[in-house]
Amino acid sequence: MNTALIRIEIDGQALDVPNGISVAAAIARAQRPFRRSVSGQVRAPFCGMGICFECRVRIDGIAQQRACMATVREGMQVMTDD
Amino acid sequence: MTERYDVVIVGAGPAGIAAADAALARGARVAWIDAQANGGGQVWRKDSEHGWPRRAQSIIARVLRHSSMTWMPQTEVIAAERDELLLQNTHNARRVAYNALILATGARELLLPFPGWTLPGVTGAGALQALAKQGWPLAGRRVVIAGAGPLLWAAAATAQRHGARVLGIYEQAGAKAVHDFARTLWRWPGKAVQAAVLRTQLADVPYRYGCAVRRAMGDDALQTIEVDGPHGVERIECDQLAVGYGLIPNTELAHMLGCALKLEGAHPYVAVDAMQRSSIANVYAAGELCGIGGRDTAWLEGRIAGLAATGATIDASLQRQHRHARAFATALRTHFALDPRIRNLATPDTLICRCEDVSLQTLNNYTDARSAKLATRCGMGACQGRVCGAALAELGRFARSGHRPPLFPARLATLGDLPTPSEHQGFIA
Repeated sequence: MNTALIRIEIDGQALDVPNGISVAAAIARAQRPFRRSVSGQVRAPFCGMGICFECRVRIDGIAQQRACMATVREGMQVMTDD
Repeated sequence: MTERYDVVIVGAGPAGIAAADAALARGARVAWIDAQANGGGQVWRKDSEHGWPRRAQSIIARVLRHSSMTWMPQTEVIAAERDELLLQNTHNARRVAYNALILATGARELLLPFPGWTLPGVTGAGALQALAKQGWPLAGRRVVIAGAGPLLWAAAATAQRHGARVLGIYEQAGAKAVHDFARTLWRWPGKAVQAAVLRTQLADVPYRYGCAVRRAMGDDALQTIEVDGPHGVERIECDQLAVGYGLIPNTELAHMLGCALKLEGAHPYVAVDAMQRSSIANVYAAGELCGIGGRDTAWLEGRIAGLAATGATIDASLQRQHRHARAFATALRTHFALDPRIRNLATPDTLICRCEDVSLQTLNNYTDARSAKLATRCGMGACQGRVCGAALAELGRFARSGHRPPLFPARLATLGDLPTPSEHQGFIA
């Protein structure tokens, strides 16, 4: 459908992704971690719909954004695991 | 400044769409709120590659194009007071007032703990479907789908459509229960056709009965699972495991508004009358939050709510169709009832609260959610008990506790915009 690529940055690395995908999907494509739990375990999206908050990352400077609820935008800056 | 609408609808799945369509046709000014970026809800979620299902696309487009519609995507309800809702999106807070409010907040998956359920690569079944539609990379990935009910088939078909190698579907219900369910499907021809189409699409995917994923293993990501079935324990190497034990209603907002709730098993749903009226004046509820009933039920209830909220009468044939659709939910519940062993998969050190990393054994000395929360922080994290609260209720540990604002984690700036009594005075609708 919408196959246009847009460029975002994940942890400072440029990545071309299809327009319209979620930030969670982009992070998975970049094979980056999402976040660490309070005891240091690696976590990743679990519910896919904004309920579990396991996929939260920093997007354009705003922390605690659920990556599964956000759509990629040209020039978006994503910081994971911080 | 508060914006006022004739009808405010929370949720843009089938119930919300039908409600919006009906209310707009009656000449109402409508505000439509959803947490996701696009309308469609979970069942009609827009696929980043394939778009919406055709039927959903035309109706969503019609509703969104309507001149009396105000669409508020990626927006969550944070608090409610009298006839106003406090909303928040990524950047702003906003208030809307309503003459009638229609709750169409849908359902979420029942996600139950087992050893390894926190590993990256483990998701809910519907979750995998949602992630795939968001563009999650599945091409060539080895995927196992497990849990309860027909959602597993839909998840498997979506995963396959996105290039996954679906190694198998592991249903917890026994063969007899599933076959008995299949034999009732003639009563709902649309469902029978849907099942037949899925069966054909998944012809080469093994479907097993009476199975439970009892463990997921891996270092920093999923590598292997153990499935306990009628013929013993099977170890399967896979990249992605999707486990969902059915759906539960999203009742937090209804609960906070004071709507009377009833219990289906361990989980609350909103009590409504034949007009979809809740116990609170001018607050209607439609679809999955009134009890899990599926897409067709949600659609009919949304239509009834949209008509009722704008003062129209509901004709008998609509009510009849609704009762028939609701009966499907009963058939589902009966045949896919959870095997008790599913509630015993968590071991003492399995983390129950994923936000605060609280293990099952830590909760042993508590008998209610509130005291456990105060002492252990279970349910105190970002998800506000949405995952562990439902799981602990299903496991028979604690009943669900109440909900207080903010309904979702909110910015201080948003909370500063909470309605105050003085701002209500002199307000002209």
